[in-house]
Amino acid sequence: MKSALASIVLVLSAPSLTAAATKDSCVSCHSTLDGKLAAPAKLFDSDIHHQAGLSCADCHGGDPTDESVDAMSTAHGFRSAPKKTQLPDFCGRCHSDGTYMRRFNPKLRTDQLSQYWTSVHGKRLKQGDVKVAACVDCHGVHNILAVADTRAPVYPTNVASTCAQCHADAHTMEGYKIPSDQVARYRSSVHAQVLAQGDTSVPTCSTCHGNHGAVPPGVDSVANVCGTCHVFFAQLFDKSPHHAAFASMGLPGCVQCHSNHEVVRPSDDWVGIGEKSVCVTCHVPGDKGYVAGQKMADDLAKLRAASARVDGVLSSAERSGMEVSSARVELADVNEALIKARVNVHTFDPEEVRKLTDQGVEISQKVYGAGVAALRERDLRRKGLGLSLLFIVFALSGLYLKIREIESPKNP
Amino acid sequence: MVTTDPATKEGPKPGRRWINLVLGSGVVASIASFIYPAIRYIIPPAVAESTSHSVVAAKVGELKNNSGKIFKFGSRPALLVRTADGEYRAFSGVCTHLSCTVQYRADLRQIWCACHNGLYDLAGRNVSGPPPRPLERFAVNVQGEHVIVTRNG
Amino acid sequence: MADLRRRILNWLDERFGAGSVEEFLRHKTVPWHRHSIWYYFGGMTLFLFVVQVLTGILLLLFYRPTANEAFESSHFIMTQVRFGWLIHCVHSWSANLMILTAFVHMFSAYFLKAYRKPRELTWITGVLLFVLVLGFGFSGYLLPWNTLAFFATRVGTEMAGSVPLIGKWLLVFLRGGEEVTGATLTRFFGFHVAVLPGLVTLLLAVHLFLVQRLGMSVPPGVERRIAEGKETARFMPFFPNFLLRDIMGWYAALGVLGALAALFPWELGTKADPFVPAPAGIRPEWYFLFMFQTLKYVPAKFLFLEGEFAGLLGFALAAAVWIAVPFLDYKAGFGRVTRFFTGLGVFALVFIAVMSALALR
Repeated sequence: MKSALASIVLVLSAPSLTAAATKDSCVSCHSTLDGKLAAPAKLFDSDIHHQAGLSCADCHGGDPTDESVDAMSTAHGFRSAPKKTQLPDFCGRCHSDGTYMRRFNPKLRTDQLSQYWTSVHGKRLKQGDVKVAACVDCHGVHNILAVADTRAPVYPTNVASTCAQCHADAHTMEGYKIPSDQVARYRSSVHAQVLAQGDTSVPTCSTCHGNHGAVPPGVDSVANVCGTCHVFFAQLFDKSPHHAAFASMGLPGCVQCHSNHEVVRPSDDWVGIGEKSVCVTCHVPGDKGYVAGQKMADDLAKLRAASARVDGVLSSAERSGMEVSSARVELADVNEALIKARVNVHTFDPEEVRKLTDQGVEISQKVYGAGVAALRERDLRRKGLGLSLLFIVFALSGLYLKIREIESPKNP
Repeated sequence: MVTTDPATKEGPKPGRRWINLVLGSGVVASIASFIYPAIRYIIPPAVAESTSHSVVAAKVGELKNNSGKIFKFGSRPALLVRTADGEYRAFSGVCTHLSCTVQYRADLRQIWCACHNGLYDLAGRNVSGPPPRPLERFAVNVQGEHVIVTRNG
Repeated sequence: MADLRRRILNWLDERFGAGSVEEFLRHKTVPWHRHSIWYYFGGMTLFLFVVQVLTGILLLLFYRPTANEAFESSHFIMTQVRFGWLIHCVHSWSANLMILTAFVHMFSAYFLKAYRKPRELTWITGVLLFVLVLGFGFSGYLLPWNTLAFFATRVGTEMAGSVPLIGKWLLVFLRGGEEVTGATLTRFFGFHVAVLPGLVTLLLAVHLFLVQRLGMSVPPGVERRIAEGKETARFMPFFPNFLLRDIMGWYAALGVLGALAALFPWELGTKADPFVPAPAGIRPEWYFLFMFQTLKYVPAKFLFLEGEFAGLLGFALAAAVWIAVPFLDYKAGFGRVTRFFTGLGVFALVFIAVMSALALR
């Protein structure tokens, strides 16, 4: 028992023992230095490479057992902090080696380096532009965290802030003639708001632009990107007249009306001819699109009004204490028709929208009937009341007559 | 009882009987109109309890394997699924995106929302498309020949 | 038929001594004068109480007193149980009517000085009964567990917390905790169906016994006129004359209740949610409005006392005077009408009416 206990203790303390034994001179020396030179030693504790059992020497070479400055000599294979242009290859030495990476995390991809060279960042870096992003600009250095770690700069909720380091800086972007308001616009979008609540299924910068192979999607492929999640809309749009029209004008699908970064919740008044309409951006009064927009807007408004009317009647019945839960379940179908009608707007064919709004109005009329019947049943009770009041009046007159009868010859 | 009151036109006995008739019938009828609702009230209604917590969703054998059924739970739709292995699962039928009614897709073996192509797996988790949250899951119990779905909490 | 009646009464008399009761009832009379109409209100209140007990028992068959199920079971009664809406609405309306008739009964007894010797205890039990009836109203109002009731209860029990010394304990006792929760509901339910009915039964037994034993009080003015020979003392036999009139009143009340239930059904409202902010304009039921409004007008500091405490102290003093009036207005025992107390009663009425009206605005 005692020996078993002793061997357990020995095994558990093995790492610290070996560390003490191997004495990492990099850490012990650099932690006594100041400022920038001390940072690597201090930060490395939280680094995922450290947790995987790697040390300074595994990236930088050198001899961690040598206490002197000679530890950093090229004789010991020392690779100092790489220049920006050499950075991707420095990290890629391990990260694009499948055989090596398999030892640590078999499911990690190893194509990041090759992807990077296809990106705008990678291409410019090859030409010598050191202002662009490379590995450590997004992932950090010496305190690199796993992507799934919520504190990581590349965790979905943090990605926009990471990109914003450069892309929201007007001065930096001026040189490339790129606007710097994308992140601000994104933050006002519905995607950013939902992401902030923890739903990571919505897109952030890297979802649409790619991460390692980051390139803004071209005008002809933006709709594909949106369509990976917004499947129905992309399918309908592709079959609609707008698809060919936009392509011939060099306009992007989806983005033309919905914006790329500032994607906000659309409302019904985007359709039609009103102030907020997106149709009138291109269409003028009298042309086919103008008329179609008007028709679709009117049908949607009709269905909305019908739904509100039914909701009013049912609420009134409920408040009077009538049972209308079945009607409420059916009212959900009206709401569904409205939602599907809004999807069908993307066919830009008023007939397709009308098919659904007519369906919705029909259901709402049925449900309205049920609500009115409930109110009528409530009113029917008044008839029952009338009957019992009749009996009561009868009894009252009987009592009155009885009193008169027994008191007429006597003095009360 | 003799009365010399000249006010009564009829003779005493018929007048008295008429009054007694009015009084008697009025009282009996009015009491009946009170007791009748009370008796009907006491007899339990067809649905013995409020269905907002627990409801009979289906009969045993009604659902084949790998199929689903929408049923009313309180004032919202709910979905009863019988998996390919014969197990019953029940979920809220209201999509967490924009409240359309979801349905079971036997071909996909998942729960699907027709409005925007949202998908949930058979644990109710939102796996694809716009739904931001999983479907609320209900408890299912088989009692005799009824499949009963209960809301928790 | 009469023979059968005689046989039954004899059988009962041999066991209960019912014969003496029957004798008593047969000879019971009611003074008949121009203020006799007020005599009906006591019986009317009792009748409405019986209606409450009966409809309450029916509601008990389906109602469930927990935060999870109170609203749902009330909704179930209203929508699924046959005539459930009728029982529920009659119970709600009859509660209000009963408080109104009890109020009229109490004030008519006050103004007609029925509290004077030897009826002091009748008065005291009566005032206590009125307080219990208000307690019935307050506890019953919460039971459907809707938003209005939840917040009205919160405001009402908050006022209890302002009582000095025992205020905090009183608040926690009433609420079953620091806040209004499901514990409050269950507790109020216990008060409403067990504690208050028990207390009312006891007090009512004493009150009714005293009324039977001491007979109906004749107002001092009428007594004086009879003594001076300006009026003859008239009496109506209770059975059957006065009773028939009583029954007419009760039938009329039933008709009114049915009409109110069918024409102005009580809205169930929405289920109480402790975490939403209170909707604007929350106020207690009409019978507490005058107190609620008065407390709004009391300044934050009254002399050296904290405003709310001063307000409650004022009410406590008023209640003490009210219940002790038979001893304060002892001169009434000698048939003398002291204008001061009549004036006090008028002031109380006007105060209550004005404050209630202001609260409704």
